[in-house]
Amino acid sequence: MEKHIDQLGEKDTRSGFGEGLLELGKENENVVGLCADLTGSLKMNAFQDAFPERFFQVGIAEANMIGIAAGMTIGGKIPFTGTFANFSTGRVYDQIRQSVAYSQKNVKICASHAGLTLGEDGATHQILEDIGMMKMLPNMAVIVPADFTQTKQATKAVANHEGPVYLRFGRPKRPIFTPDDQEFVIGKAQTVFEGKDVSIIACGHMVWEAIIAAQELAKEGVDAEVINMHTIKPLDEKAILDSVAKTGCVVTAEEHMINGGLGDSVAQVLSRNNPLPQEYVGVNDTFGESGKPMDLMKKYNISSENIVETARKAMSRK
Amino acid sequence: METKKLENLATQTRRDIVRMVAAVSSGHPGGSLGCADFFTILYNEIMDVDPNNFSMNGENEDLFFLSNGHISPVWYSTLARAGFFPVEELATFRKLNSRLQGHPSTDKGLPGIRAASGSLGQGLSMAIGAAEAKKLNNDNKIVYTLHGDGELQEGQIWEAAMYAAAHKIDNIIATVDYNGRQIDGDVEDVLSLGDLNKKWQAFGWETIELDGNDFESLRNAFKQAHSLVGKGKPIVLLMKTEMGQGVDYMMGTHKWHGAAPNAEQLDDALNQLEETLGDY
Repeated sequence: MEKHIDQLGEKDTRSGFGEGLLELGKENENVVGLCADLTGSLKMNAFQDAFPERFFQVGIAEANMIGIAAGMTIGGKIPFTGTFANFSTGRVYDQIRQSVAYSQKNVKICASHAGLTLGEDGATHQILEDIGMMKMLPNMAVIVPADFTQTKQATKAVANHEGPVYLRFGRPKRPIFTPDDQEFVIGKAQTVFEGKDVSIIACGHMVWEAIIAAQELAKEGVDAEVINMHTIKPLDEKAILDSVAKTGCVVTAEEHMINGGLGDSVAQVLSRNNPLPQEYVGVNDTFGESGKPMDLMKKYNISSENIVETARKAMSRK
Repeated sequence: METKKLENLATQTRRDIVRMVAAVSSGHPGGSLGCADFFTILYNEIMDVDPNNFSMNGENEDLFFLSNGHISPVWYSTLARAGFFPVEELATFRKLNSRLQGHPSTDKGLPGIRAASGSLGQGLSMAIGAAEAKKLNNDNKIVYTLHGDGELQEGQIWEAAMYAAAHKIDNIIATVDYNGRQIDGDVEDVLSLGDLNKKWQAFGWETIELDGNDFESLRNAFKQAHSLVGKGKPIVLLMKTEMGQGVDYMMGTHKWHGAAPNAEQLDDALNQLEETLGDY
């Protein structure tokens, strides 16, 4: 039941995006980058410097950026748009809906500063609804990698995926645990820890919180399985069903609204196939506020402590 | 193409438009009729396209984006009459399982269409993206667009206009259907556009004014526009048209923007439009 994982440093997931994009630029001349005045925040500078002719600064005009990206695909380009998650989704939902998703355009919408861990900027910028909005769109894949290395791997993987993708990552430096040589397959979940008492299914920054929670639970004799569900859509239903067949209950954990997020997607799989107790760690129908990232996670009940507590609750319902 | 042939094609397209919308008691005949001459000359004289070998990426071909997707009937008729798909398919417009959706879409695979449109204001951005890709690909063909004048009330149009000038997108020829009418009434009353020519010029565009219901005026405008391609500035045609052109009771009003004629009104319209090339 040992729950050990090597921590391989600490970096922000957005830097993983920046490095992945730079490597893609070297490997594929059809890869182009677009940014709406947040090049530094998105870590797109390296790509911009290396490939100035393939980098398009659109200014503070996100709707136009999404449309230009969609049009570029017609000439065979693979556009990666970059801005904060809030401006990548809610602000441009109709543009994504009509010009990208419905028009079946091969655009990669890359969104940084997602969720509460954007921190001090406060609720105007802390989007917690984006996964829901994006997963509802037909043709759209939704990917939320867990750490720096996985974000780099996911960035490279989405270039080879034909069709629109929403790639969500964040601002703060967080622990790295994904090995450089780990394979990233869109739609294939990763089991971080095997266990038999409770399945903790998490995405993004919450995978590390789930790891800490599993280690805490082990101290009280609870053998928790931790699944890194980096792809919300298409969802790895088999991984969920195989896990709950062993554990009999689930906790989902996400830096997102409970409404419409990963937990909702997992609940659909359970209710149709194997209805078992599920509990949710997520933001409960409220906006965020200014503060330090980890303080916000605690205040809004999405820290490792909340996962521990919620796992006990889920197990009590078995 | 000879002007007489263009006139015959445009008249037949106008018959197609009123028959299509009447058959399903829905659709947008007004703007479609007004733009029939523009579409006819664009697809039969101006653009370099291959109707028999439509490809999504349009490499080494001119491209067209319809931003005001609600005037789909005129586009569908023009595409069918130019050979992109069988003319008989016009009978399926707005019906279940049709490739001819109420507003244009790509998901049904209708040849000639590269983007969904209908939610207004998005076509110029997409056309600019396609124009940027052509530059990257060293493809010197031109990207054309059409927008409604009411559509210019959407903010995204002006984001795109600003970008095109700043980035010297000089392989795009946008067109505004300047008919002065929108669903709720005259554009001047709903939300005035002010001095449209000066607005586009202030945004850094070359502007050309023309009469979109006159083939000579259309021909001269495109000739002038082509002489400006590659000169560092985007180009816009401000095209005066008459909404409902060709059907007397639909002209001079906004009332036929989004309303279909009934059987009696259809007969009246068809009596004013000679069947030049055979109905579908």
